Amino acid sequence: MDMKVAKKLGLKERYTMMTRDLAWDTTFQPMDKVFPQVGYEGIKIHDWDKWEDPFRLTMDAYWKYQAEKERKLYAILDAFNQNNGHLSVTDARYINVLKLFLGSTPPLELMAARGFSMVARQMVGAGPRVACMMQSVDEYRHFQTQIHSISNYNRFYNGLDEFAHQQSRMWYLSDGKSFFDDAITAGPFEFMVAIGFAFEYVLTNILFVPFISGAAYNGDMAAMTVGFSAQSDEARHMTLGLECIKFMLEQDPDNLPIVQRWIDKWTWRGTRKLASVGMMMDYMLPKRIMSFKEAWEIYFEQNGTALFTDLARYGIKVPKCFEQTIEEKEHITHQSWIGFYMKPDATPFHTWMPQPEELDWLSEKYPNTFDKYYRPVYEYWIEQEKAGNRFNNKTQPMNCQVCVSTIKFNEPGDPMEMCFRETEYKGEKFHFCSDHCKEIFEDEPEKYVQTFISSHAALQGKCEPEGTDVNAHDYRPGARMHAYWRMDKRASGDFNGSEDQKNFAKWRAQATRN
Amino acid sequence: MTSNAFIAFQKNEETRCIVEAIVEDNPAAVVVDQPAMVKVDVPGRLVIKRATVEEKMGRDFDLQELQLHLITISGHLDESDDEFVLSWQR
Repeated sequence: MDMKVAKKLGLKERYTMMTRDLAWDTTFQPMDKVFPQVGYEGIKIHDWDKWEDPFRLTMDAYWKYQAEKERKLYAILDAFNQNNGHLSVTDARYINVLKLFLGSTPPLELMAARGFSMVARQMVGAGPRVACMMQSVDEYRHFQTQIHSISNYNRFYNGLDEFAHQQSRMWYLSDGKSFFDDAITAGPFEFMVAIGFAFEYVLTNILFVPFISGAAYNGDMAAMTVGFSAQSDEARHMTLGLECIKFMLEQDPDNLPIVQRWIDKWTWRGTRKLASVGMMMDYMLPKRIMSFKEAWEIYFEQNGTALFTDLARYGIKVPKCFEQTIEEKEHITHQSWIGFYMKPDATPFHTWMPQPEELDWLSEKYPNTFDKYYRPVYEYWIEQEKAGNRFNNKTQPMNCQVCVSTIKFNEPGDPMEMCFRETEYKGEKFHFCSDHCKEIFEDEPEKYVQTFISSHAALQGKCEPEGTDVNAHDYRPGARMHAYWRMDKRASGDFNGSEDQKNFAKWRAQATRN
Repeated sequence: MTSNAFIAFQKNEETRCIVEAIVEDNPAAVVVDQPAMVKVDVPGRLVIKRATVEEKMGRDFDLQELQLHLITISGHLDESDDEFVLSWQR
């Protein structure tokens, strides 16, 4: 008798069998009743089977490789802790970049996990459903690994323990929160463009690639492994976002104007969110591998141009904000650091003035702008600090109604003028950081009138710790913001003279001497 | 101007072999070394061939193992059992 040995299936066949072949069309209820959300945004889809994950990753392979990633990651984290790795970072100022990065990112990862599990339920095709489910699990993994990483630093340094409480309440965390709130309350396709394209392709390429390489350069093995392990998933996420855009454009020409509007909107929102990431690279890494401007040129201008050139075949145009972002790359990181430095009592991390050689590095990296606009500000503040008069702005910032960044960026074409826009809607005034944010508002005003801006709400007596009598005769709105934020006083103020600075010096001395 | 397709990996023993394979199969490849990572740019199209990686590593290699070391990619991806292709040429 002849025995037929079954040939091992190839990747493409395996993918088809493990995704599309396991899916079915509903019969008790019509499909459009089971999947109503895909119709709400006006996107027309004719053949869901045309969507294929180019990685052709199946669930069995997914678990295998993700488990391996986790084993590697936790082995490195253990080694880092066993060797007092936190003392091997370049200097204690570096810890503050972790407070900002790890204090703001995990809640966003959690929102992404929620969003993708919703979209995985809402999409009709098996291809996107499986890929979205994997991405949801990935985002949950990032959320967890980042928190494990925080806990290692939290044992030694101040200001890391209230990130979850502060996420919805703190002025500078609102931009990230609003990005995800905006995305998750949109429809499934817009969510995919917001996160899959703008967040992954524009933003994480800068946050998790040059910034994390910078963390490694500063001796932080823990952030390096968490960041790169997350980014190994992001390559898949970017591919999913790009696949979604191509799929919509190929399915029906009527989808073009909708997709174009989303690309315009979310490229801008991603860019705004990047200002603080760029600032981390330019100001908060004691040792630097490249400037934000250089990273932006590689990962957005060149890489973005490659993508938009490719999408031009469908009629997609370069996003409207592209020119403005090129002008702004020379300014936004300096304006952000100035914005944070001037509010030493309002962040659970420390700020400082750059050292002389750091000012020179900035001059070299930003030859067109730094000496002309920003060095004089720093030199003045350094003098003031020496005279015992460290600058401290105690007022509430004003935030943009759409991106919820503080209004601090310059007027296009005029670096000496602050950009400010306003519009009226139903008798109420709303304020914006830019033309692009104003336009986003005007497209969907009913959505953005609901934005919660703590620094504005505080002045209306809405951000008070429990037990505050807002009708008391001596009540001052916003006077107890620190209690509302649950701010650890030890974590705020200038880096010089901080408890973290003293402890780090003491522990490092203990590590090298008997 | 041709756009670059690129790929970046965490730097380790496995990716040293993978990068060697890429350089061999893509004569226009430019390798950029950065702290803890390595990025390879190729104008237009970048291919990773399983057979070449296996030769460099001296063992069997499944292209899906790339997942473990990936940091970022640029270009449209097409992955099969034998080739992992990133391309802006469609």
